[in-house]
Amino acid sequence: MSIQTEPFILNIGPQHPSTHGVFRLRVTLDGEVVVNVEPVIGYLHRGIEKLAEGRTYTQNIPFTDRLDYLSSMTNNLAYCLAMEKLADIKVPERAEYIRVIFSEIMRISSHLMAVGFFINDLGAMMTPVLYMWREREKIMDMFEMVSGQRLLYNFMRIGGVSQDIPGEFLPAVKKFVAEMPKYLDEYDQLLAKNEILLVRSKGVGILPKETAISIGASGPVLRASGVKWDIRQLDPYSIYERFDFAIPTGEVGDCYDRYWVRMQEMRQSVRILEQALAQMPEKGEVCASVPQFFRPPRGEAYGYIEAPKGNLGFYIVSDGSIAPYRLHIYPPTLINITALQDMVKGWKVADLIIIFGSIDVVLGEIDR
Amino acid sequence: MTVAITGEEIGKKIAEAFPGSIVSSDKGSVVVDSKQLYLIGEFLKNTQGLEFDYLTFLTAVDYIDYFEIVYRLVSLKHNHSLMLKTRCYDRENPVVPSVFNIWRAACYQEREVFDLFGIKFEGHPELKRLLLWDGFKGHPLRRDYL
Repeated sequence: MSIQTEPFILNIGPQHPSTHGVFRLRVTLDGEVVVNVEPVIGYLHRGIEKLAEGRTYTQNIPFTDRLDYLSSMTNNLAYCLAMEKLADIKVPERAEYIRVIFSEIMRISSHLMAVGFFINDLGAMMTPVLYMWREREKIMDMFEMVSGQRLLYNFMRIGGVSQDIPGEFLPAVKKFVAEMPKYLDEYDQLLAKNEILLVRSKGVGILPKETAISIGASGPVLRASGVKWDIRQLDPYSIYERFDFAIPTGEVGDCYDRYWVRMQEMRQSVRILEQALAQMPEKGEVCASVPQFFRPPRGEAYGYIEAPKGNLGFYIVSDGSIAPYRLHIYPPTLINITALQDMVKGWKVADLIIIFGSIDVVLGEIDR
Repeated sequence: MTVAITGEEIGKKIAEAFPGSIVSSDKGSVVVDSKQLYLIGEFLKNTQGLEFDYLTFLTAVDYIDYFEIVYRLVSLKHNHSLMLKTRCYDRENPVVPSVFNIWRAACYQEREVFDLFGIKFEGHPELKRLLLWDGFKGHPLRRDYL
C-alpha cells in the first residue's frame, strides 16, 4: 500500500538568523527534501537609485556605503571609478595605492565574515566567527584611524580619497600583513581537515560551470565553479595591473570550493598588500581637484570592480547637471542568489542553510 | 584587458545578419530595434568570434520620450564586452522581448525593471514585482513618479 504524500511549503525568514539579514525563502519540501525555493526579497529596499537622482554626485557616496555594508570601501571605489570614467579624471598616484590597500583589506574583512558565518551555519555556533572577528577587529581599528568610522566609512571621493592616511596607519597595516598568513594557517589547521566541514560541504550544492556563466554569477561563486574570471586581472582597474597575484579556482563548484576559494583569496590579498606597501609613494596628493558642485559632461559611464562578493558596477547617466539623471547599481549578490534554485534541489533543509551561507549574501546590496 | 567593442563595429555585423535592425550606433553602444532583439541576442551569443555568453547588467533609463533598455554583454572566452541597447516608445504599455532564455542572468534583473519601470518583458516565465510588494501602485523609477 502506498502512502499518499503532498508537498509541504515552509517559510524561512524574513527574520531568521541563517538568512543573514531580512531575506525570505519560500521552500517547497517533499518530506525533508527540497523540491523548490523561491527567494522573496525587498524587505530592505530603500530606493537608493531613486534617492540618488535628487542628490549631488558627492552626496551619493554615503549611499554606496549602505549597499554591501560589510565592504563599504569597495562600494565607494566602484562609484568613484564610474564618475572618474565619465568626467575623465586622473587620480593621483598615492591615492591609487591607498585605494588598493583599502580594497584588499576590505576583501580580507569581508571574506573573514563570509567564512566565519558559513561555518556558523554548519552548526559551529559562534566559535569560528569569533576567531575571524579577532582579525576583523584589527581591520576595523585601521579603518577607524583613517575615517573615524568602523562600518560605513564614506572615505573615497571622486578623484581620490577624502584625506591622507594618518601616521599610525601604515605601521598597523604592515604589522597586520606580517601576521595574517600565520592566522590563515591557524584557520586551515582548525578547518581545512575538519571532518564535519568536509562531510557537510564536499559535493553539496554543486553549481556547474555552464550554469554559473549563464546565470551571470561572479566573484568567489563563479570562480569556485572553475571559471578563471577576476576583473582585477582580466580587466584591471585602478593600478591592479602592477601587482602579481593568482586567481584561485575551484574544481567542482560545491560549498567546500566556495569556502576554499575565499580562504585562498585572502592569501592573495595579503600578497597584493605586501606589494602595494612596498611600492607606495611616500608623499603626494591624495585627491585630484574636483569642484564642490561637480558637473560631469553629458553621457554615460559604467564603472565596475571585483568587489569581495563579485562584480559590482555602477551605471551612471549624466545630463550635465549636479545630480545623476540615472544611477543604476549592479549588485553581485542579487545575481548570485539566482543560482540558489539550481544548487538546493534534492538537498535537505539543513543543507539549504549552508548552501545559502556559502553564497555570502548581504541584503543591503540585494534590496538597495 | 577587456576590449570594449565599439557600437559601429558590432553594428555592421548585426546589420549584415539582420538588415534594418540597427537604430543607431556610436563609439560606446549600439541601439537595435526591439522587435528583433531576441534574435540579435541569440546571434551575439552563438556566433563564432563574438560569443557573448555572459550578461552582466540589464537596466532601463527613462528618457521621457522613450525607455532605453541597456544590456552589457561580456564574452568570457574572448574577453570583450559590448553595450547593447533597445528602445521602447510606448509609455502606457511598454513591451520588449525577454532575453531570459538566452541569458538566465536576466531573470531577476528583468523582474526588477518591470517592478521599477513597468516595462513588460515578453517571454519571461515569472514576471512579477521583485523589490516592491504586489499591491504597490506605480513604478518609482519613472521620471514622472513623484
